[in-house]
Amino acid sequence: MSHLNPYRKSYFDTQPDYRYPPYRSTLKRAPTQPLVQIPQTLSEITGPVFSARDVKDTDNDLTAQHAGAPIGERMFVSGRVLDENGRPVPNTLIEMWQANAAGRYKHIVDDHDAPMDPNFTGFGRTVTDANGHYRFKTIKPGAYPWRNHYNAWRPAHLHFSLFGQGFAQRLVTQMYFPGDPLLEFDPMVMSVPDERARQRLVSSFDWENTVPEYAIAYHFDMILRGRDATPMETKGNKK
Amino acid sequence: MSLLLTAAQTVGPYVAIGFEKQSLPDVAPAGVAGERVVITGKIFDGDGQPVTDGVIETWQANSYGKYAHPDDTQEKLLEENFRGFGRVLTDAQGGFRLTTIKPGKVAGPDGLGSKEQAPHITVAIFMRGLLKHLMTRIYFPGEAANADDAVLNRVPAARRATLIARKAADGTLQWDVYLQGPNETVFFDY
Repeated sequence: MSHLNPYRKSYFDTQPDYRYPPYRSTLKRAPTQPLVQIPQTLSEITGPVFSARDVKDTDNDLTAQHAGAPIGERMFVSGRVLDENGRPVPNTLIEMWQANAAGRYKHIVDDHDAPMDPNFTGFGRTVTDANGHYRFKTIKPGAYPWRNHYNAWRPAHLHFSLFGQGFAQRLVTQMYFPGDPLLEFDPMVMSVPDERARQRLVSSFDWENTVPEYAIAYHFDMILRGRDATPMETKGNKK
Repeated sequence: MSLLLTAAQTVGPYVAIGFEKQSLPDVAPAGVAGERVVITGKIFDGDGQPVTDGVIETWQANSYGKYAHPDDTQEKLLEENFRGFGRVLTDAQGGFRLTTIKPGKVAGPDGLGSKEQAPHITVAIFMRGLLKHLMTRIYFPGEAANADDAVLNRVPAARRATLIARKAADGTLQWDVYLQGPNETVFFDY
């Protein structure tokens, strides 16, 4: 019998609970029965495998998908995808979506009274390189109102979807911007119990990748579940 | 452990912008071996209302019980044209439809050589109102191996049926998701 190498359970207080009353939509959608604890099997530790062939080189540039340039503050966002052990997560698909600079999504459900931008769709994707690096070029999204509570505003954010290397590592998260006064009033941010885990969702100004006279850059690393033990490296033994 | 895990955040109401491009309702391209199955269902919230902004992702082995992934070292046939990943967005009635092949049995919790699991599809569910995704499985009706599946047996007997698709008169498999209520679907933590 050969033992599997499972992923560690999510670390205490880093993840929100399903039910979080300040975010009203959780009340009718969060499960009420306890989750059933199951062992990780091949079904959980494996997951879809992607490669650079799954995306086009230009898919990570959200400013070049239409005839003209989108309105807004041009920006880069880059960083690394790592596991809790600090190991890079290579070849993982990242999907990113966002509102336009006015805080409006290109979606039929969004009725916010803010202009659409015919030159902005708000979707990009990329695959991390061998060292877990990724990079997007886009415009900074605007904050927008929602009807969760009186005078509720979502802080500006980017949505990120990551597959990792196994289904147990699957993560969808949101990236916020440093110094945003809306963060402490946002139920999404505040649903994360641990203060340091909340800070992990906030990007940092990235002077090194800021391009002079062109665009500001932000840095955002994303950390996926790690494994308990390092398996024996057998790859070198293959012929 | 050295780095703090990134927190999950909801996909929100505009998830289609991010997920539609890679929508994959046909999991098995022509030529992939195995019994073709159509899985349809609906997602319901705690008021019994259909969830019209949900996403179902599926992950499965091929019909030989082999995952297209380097961590699967079972000596079973791999098919190059089968990735095993599916993704469907729910429609205006909260419904979804997925076509695939029935997966074969894969090794159990104790790894290679251990008792195999009953055929199943691994599922992740995303939607507005879910701060993190839900994890569950779809099992197949009339499958003898369901009786001693290591994961199904962790589920209280009265709730196991929520994980097993039902065969409809037209031959399709039906699997509905109830987020709450008396028929609340079993969701996992792993």
